[in-house]
Amino acid sequence: MSLNVAGNVEVRIPTILRPYTKNEKVVSASGSDLQSVIASLELNFPGLGERLLENGQLRRFINVYINDEDVRFMGALEAPIKEGDSVTILPAVAGGSM
Amino acid sequence: MVLRIPQSFADAILEQSRQEYPDECCGVILGPIGSDQALRHKPMINSAHSPTFYEFDSKDLLALYREADDNDEEIVVVYHSHTETQAYPSRTDISYASEPNAHYVLVSTRKEIAPATEFRSYRIVDGVVTEEDVVFL
Repeated sequence: MSLNVAGNVEVRIPTILRPYTKNEKVVSASGSDLQSVIASLELNFPGLGERLLENGQLRRFINVYINDEDVRFMGALEAPIKEGDSVTILPAVAGGSM
Repeated sequence: MVLRIPQSFADAILEQSRQEYPDECCGVILGPIGSDQALRHKPMINSAHSPTFYEFDSKDLLALYREADDNDEEIVVVYHSHTETQAYPSRTDISYASEPNAHYVLVSTRKEIAPATEFRSYRIVDGVVTEEDVVFL
């Protein structure tokens, strides 16, 4: 049985978050902006939303792209989503001696 | 667990760490999905340009994952340098480690050991660090 539900966008899930999606790499979601897309992900994959948001904002070290654009340059959670857009979630690759 | 890595890649990473000193350097080695083979070295730009922090540029990160996807590759090694501290994952490294299947390589260019350099590899899964042996091929 596929966990995918009907939606207007596909969302690519990084390895570390696939336990929430039963190891599905691409899932469907719906919404007209990033906020509602994340809400729809949380509804279908409980716990996933919390890994993306902190205090109602995108987590600093989670990158989200709509097509080729980092949403931070498109209004973050208010970034508009159109039918057929592709959303990609990638954890930042970061660290340091600090 | 053990990391098997071509000596030429290790040499190139150490050279990059010296070139980019005093900033931390970073990059990846890619390999076929599921193979655990470190086959393609790809240095990355440290967009933080900092002696105490590294971060892949957000656009570079997306391009890297797209490229890996197109080639049926995955990230086998994520590496970065520590410039003044030992080659052991910091709390920052542990909190941001997000590739449970990757080998996290740290090199150190700290003065106490110059001109030698440390080259060590770890698994970082759910906040737990496990050092592993490195075999140079």
